Amino acid sequence: MTVLKRLTVLLTALLLLASFASAFAIDDGFYSVYTYNYDYWEEIRESPDAYKVKTVLYGTTLGLDTNFSLPEGMFIRGNDIYVCDTGNNRLVQIRADEEGYTLVRTIDKINGSDKPGFLSPTDCSVDEAGNIYVADKNNNRVVMVDKDLNFVREFVKPDDPSFGSGSFLPVRIAVDVAGRVYVLAENVNMGLIKYEADTEFAGYIGANKVSMTMWEYVWKYFFMSEEQRATSESTVPTRYENIYMDDQGFIYATTTSFEEYDLKWDNAKPIRRLNGIGDDILIKDDRYPPIGDYTWVEGGDASHGPSKFVDITVLENDVYVALDKTRGRIFGYDSQGVMLWAFGAIGQYEGAFNAPIALDHIGRELICLDQRDMSITVFTPTEYGNLIYDANNAYAKGDYDGSGELWDEVLKFNANYNMAYRGIGRALLRQGKYSEAMEYFKMAHDRQNYGRAFRLYRKEWVEKNIGWVVGILIAVIVLYLAKRIISGMKKEVAAYERDHVVKQA
Amino acid sequence: MNGIMSLSRPDKKAARKQSLKEYWAGIRYAGHVITHPFDGFWDLAHENKGNVAAATTYLVLFLLTYVLKLMYTSFQFISAPIQYINVFERSGSLLLPFLVLCFANWALTTLFDGKGRFKDIYIAMCYALVPYILIQLPLIFVSNIITFDEESFYTVLMTFSLVWCLFLAFVALQQVHDYSPGKTIVFIIATILGACVVIFLVLVFFSLLSDAIGFFVSLYREIAFRLN
Repeated sequence: MTVLKRLTVLLTALLLLASFASAFAIDDGFYSVYTYNYDYWEEIRESPDAYKVKTVLYGTTLGLDTNFSLPEGMFIRGNDIYVCDTGNNRLVQIRADEEGYTLVRTIDKINGSDKPGFLSPTDCSVDEAGNIYVADKNNNRVVMVDKDLNFVREFVKPDDPSFGSGSFLPVRIAVDVAGRVYVLAENVNMGLIKYEADTEFAGYIGANKVSMTMWEYVWKYFFMSEEQRATSESTVPTRYENIYMDDQGFIYATTTSFEEYDLKWDNAKPIRRLNGIGDDILIKDDRYPPIGDYTWVEGGDASHGPSKFVDITVLENDVYVALDKTRGRIFGYDSQGVMLWAFGAIGQYEGAFNAPIALDHIGRELICLDQRDMSITVFTPTEYGNLIYDANNAYAKGDYDGSGELWDEVLKFNANYNMAYRGIGRALLRQGKYSEAMEYFKMAHDRQNYGRAFRLYRKEWVEKNIGWVVGILIAVIVLYLAKRIISGMKKEVAAYERDHVVKQA
Repeated sequence: MNGIMSLSRPDKKAARKQSLKEYWAGIRYAGHVITHPFDGFWDLAHENKGNVAAATTYLVLFLLTYVLKLMYTSFQFISAPIQYINVFERSGSLLLPFLVLCFANWALTTLFDGKGRFKDIYIAMCYALVPYILIQLPLIFVSNIITFDEESFYTVLMTFSLVWCLFLAFVALQQVHDYSPGKTIVFIIATILGACVVIFLVLVFFSLLSDAIGFFVSLYREIAFRLN
């Protein structure tokens, strides 16, 4: 009896384990793990989890009368999560506190507007004072209401000839501290539409510059027929997918319309950081620019192609995190564009997504909205994830010794972590331990920093050893000269002797 | 018995000494060839100044340099995945094309009154590799004492060695076959195409051979099966 019982327990445990294992091995045509990083040779290296699921929120568990319906946007101000419940024409405000996540209110009516409700709100933004900006897509406006839902003003179709005759369909918005509104609208490929705080249209920023290489030009204008040229309008500027305003007023934008082969050569620029005049100022200090996954099926379908970032959010120290809808993955990058970690999958378990659409954060917690699952997944950093942030933090603050120690801790979790070697190297470099720094930079394959450390090391070496190097050089020269003089003297003696021998003879 | 031994021993010694002397002369002659290519390659083919042993030495040194370069160049300038490198595979991927190109060149030029024998072509091409060894071998050391910012220095020397080699190869073919420069260019292009044909033929040959072997193997198996 007891044997049977034990066997049953064992079998159950095994079955459970098996189901657990299969849940995490999603076959998307690639060898995949949940959390990973790339090594220098572009190979996926398993990594400890940087984030774990804290909780998953559904409309029903939050106590909504009707469940979410194809939500598209999400914005977080303080501890308040605002979800644009697009299909239900409303906003849902959720508050995060110690106890958990509670529904504050649903917003579907505006006081004092000629259009009292929303029609497919796709994105929203909330300022410090609590004023809510909503991209009210099918009402063709971006509407601003105060925290008590009184209508303040609305931003409508720009009265400008450049806009054309199409209707104004705002899909994503960002608002800066001065109340200027940046709008990403459908059918507009000139970049972001910018409004002054008083609703006045202020032009476009961040348009993709149309560039053509010489070969493209030659090909297009000398080898293509009139008809071919008309149909190959591939040189139009691409449109953005999503935007995010960081604390310093820079706009992070993602785009998903690019040519695959442009990605690794940094021509596609799927993630950009736009300054006030719309130039991309994102720092890319790694081997490849931030493009998500390095391998994909060329010309593959929507779930096998390159990573496509649908949203982006910026955390402390300019660490930015982008959400990939192709494989349901979340990619974290530091301010230098080096990948910190990647995790996530398409699937039907906690921590996997179906159709991820929006990403934001509270502190270090990442909050991800899934459009088709109609769920909100809250990720919280693990000890490992926190260490990475702490180490970055310490370095940014100038505490190089501290950051070196923290990176050392990270290495205990993950010996394949290039960033840690780099981080320790940087700390050692600042401490003046050049040869040790070189070793670490070499392990991290960081040429630039290795060169920097090596230059200093070489200088130190030369200063220390200049004495005997020059000494040997001088000795060699002296010996050479002495030899010549002696042999010259010998010759003279010989010649003298010969002369005398001859004379004597 | 004793008499013969005592007679042949000094003879053997002298012969060995003579061949060693020739070998060294061949090695030293490279210095003249790379600095005076027109003169040097002419004498190489027509005055028997070089020899196969010396040429092969340079070929081996060339392959050795290539492998050493992959392994010991500072990682700032080369990103060879050391953990995946198979030395024999890498050097084979240089050696085989080299031999195929020599062969294709010989095969074509004999038909179009090229003066060089296969031996001449082989020796001349090996001598043309000498600048690669001369520059790149020290460059491996140099790469370890310069930094990433001084990369241009490294690249210039690297390119220079390759250009020098290509120039020597061009002159070598011209002098060995006694061709005009124009004809040499035409035959270099033809040689490359010829090499492709050679590779194609070899592949077809081996594929047919494996098919044939496969046929007999299956025939044998069938018979063995039936007989049982």
